[in-house]
Amino acid sequence: MYALYDFINFHFIPGLVLGSIYALGAIGVTLTFGILRFANFAHGESMTLGAYIAWTLITLTGWHPIAVLPLAMLITAVVAVGIDRGFYKPFRAAPTIMLVIASFGMMLMVRSAIQFSWGVQLKSLQSGIQQPLILFDAIRISPKHVVIVGAALALMVIIHLILSRTKMGKAMRAMSDSPELAKLTGIDTEQVIRNTWIIGGALAAAAGVLLAYDTHVETMMGFQVLLPVFAAAILGGIGKPYGAMIGGLIIGLAEELATYPWIGDTPLVSPGYKAGVAFVLMIGILLWRPSGIMRGRTF
Amino acid sequence: MSRVLELDAVSGGYGDTEILHGINMHVEAGEIVVVIGPNGAGKSTAMKAVFGLLNLTAGSVRLDGVDITNTPPSDVVKQGVCYVPQTNNIFANLSVEENLEMGAFVRNDDYRPQLEKIYQMFPPLREKRQQAAGDLSGGQRQMVAMGKALMLEPKILLLDEPTAGLSPKYRGEIFSTVRTINAAGVPILMVEQNAKQALGIADRGYVLVDGSNSVMGTGQDLLNNPNVGELFLGGGRA
Repeated sequence: MYALYDFINFHFIPGLVLGSIYALGAIGVTLTFGILRFANFAHGESMTLGAYIAWTLITLTGWHPIAVLPLAMLITAVVAVGIDRGFYKPFRAAPTIMLVIASFGMMLMVRSAIQFSWGVQLKSLQSGIQQPLILFDAIRISPKHVVIVGAALALMVIIHLILSRTKMGKAMRAMSDSPELAKLTGIDTEQVIRNTWIIGGALAAAAGVLLAYDTHVETMMGFQVLLPVFAAAILGGIGKPYGAMIGGLIIGLAEELATYPWIGDTPLVSPGYKAGVAFVLMIGILLWRPSGIMRGRTF
Repeated sequence: MSRVLELDAVSGGYGDTEILHGINMHVEAGEIVVVIGPNGAGKSTAMKAVFGLLNLTAGSVRLDGVDITNTPPSDVVKQGVCYVPQTNNIFANLSVEENLEMGAFVRNDDYRPQLEKIYQMFPPLREKRQQAAGDLSGGQRQMVAMGKALMLEPKILLLDEPTAGLSPKYRGEIFSTVRTINAAGVPILMVEQNAKQALGIADRGYVLVDGSNSVMGTGQDLLNNPNVGELFLGGGRA
């Protein structure tokens, strides 16, 4: 039985936490890919930026990370829209590879700006040690993990409601289906693009804040999770927000479960190579099912 | 009869290639007008010229007497012209009802009465309104595409080869759909490959050859015209 509890405490729960964070990041990546047709390399920096904004807000107010989350999301969304206006909009009619390269440049610029403004030292959103909740004498759940998964799920429900119930959400899905037809239909495509950046930026910020809440604030944090986030978006199917949610959870769980000692006493994959799991999964998906779980777009 | 749409000596094309060389065409209130012609004659291009998808170098396009030459598509839609492209004309991942709602995107008033009218016009769409539009049969997908265009209560409907790639059974379905729409008072300008069937329901028709007008007349005139018959209707057996 000890092994089972270990499995839950050290692999399954952390996998779920990581998966929820990846899922939030992947929704933004998949929406921008679906609607603007380019892989946004700067998405990880939006996550980092959100975490730093939250850190500043917490330092100023002393509030709980979840309390400052909405404001951090809002500010990051405004920055994302501003970046689109200034740097991506001029490339709207250009081949998408230009946008990919532009986003790569933006990634470096935003990261440098963050390092310049906040410094490169590690920061924490919350100090002190929390007592874990203990279930059945053996399952230990850290309260912050409950908060992270809960907040991520709540945000996913909100995104679902926006995409399925509101006129703008439906227009976003329509444009993801066919930008050409969206234009012919009279859909205000610039407005759709703006909303895509708002939602993508806000969710990236949320992912960054939750990741920082789980670990710490660091200037490379967004870049480090960019690969698993891309893997989650591809696994779910490019342009499919629900696929991104499922893909995120699968990638997060896979990374953590791969370090479980499935065979013998040593971890199947050494924790140091955990990030490689997402990479292997991504290559596997691209080889065997490039359209992903939800039959997204292929290139 | 008032002219809803008028193309006056329109020339234009993509980039530097001129495809249309001074085309004249008009649609009057309540009419079905069919454009036929060999491949590459500029039929679909003429339609795109109306919709602002083409760079016009000469001539003018008027809607209800108002000049809409070189107006971008999003504004042409707002002025009441709806265009159903030949392919890629529905949002496959959206439900039937969501497709129709998107058709009403530029409307700020209550579009539900119009939605109800469209369901009355196309009962199968009401039945399948929650299904993804991409899962419907070819004929029903065309219904979605046309229904989506009608959500705006357009002044004129432009159809680009609505029966392309459909089996004869569905083709008949589409032509009767076009008639139903027209009977509800919407003038229609339609490009068609199935010239014989299309001219059968048309009030008037235009034959385009090499980006210029060749023959014009009522649907029956064109069907009986030996030259047209020879060219497009299968060796004059029409």
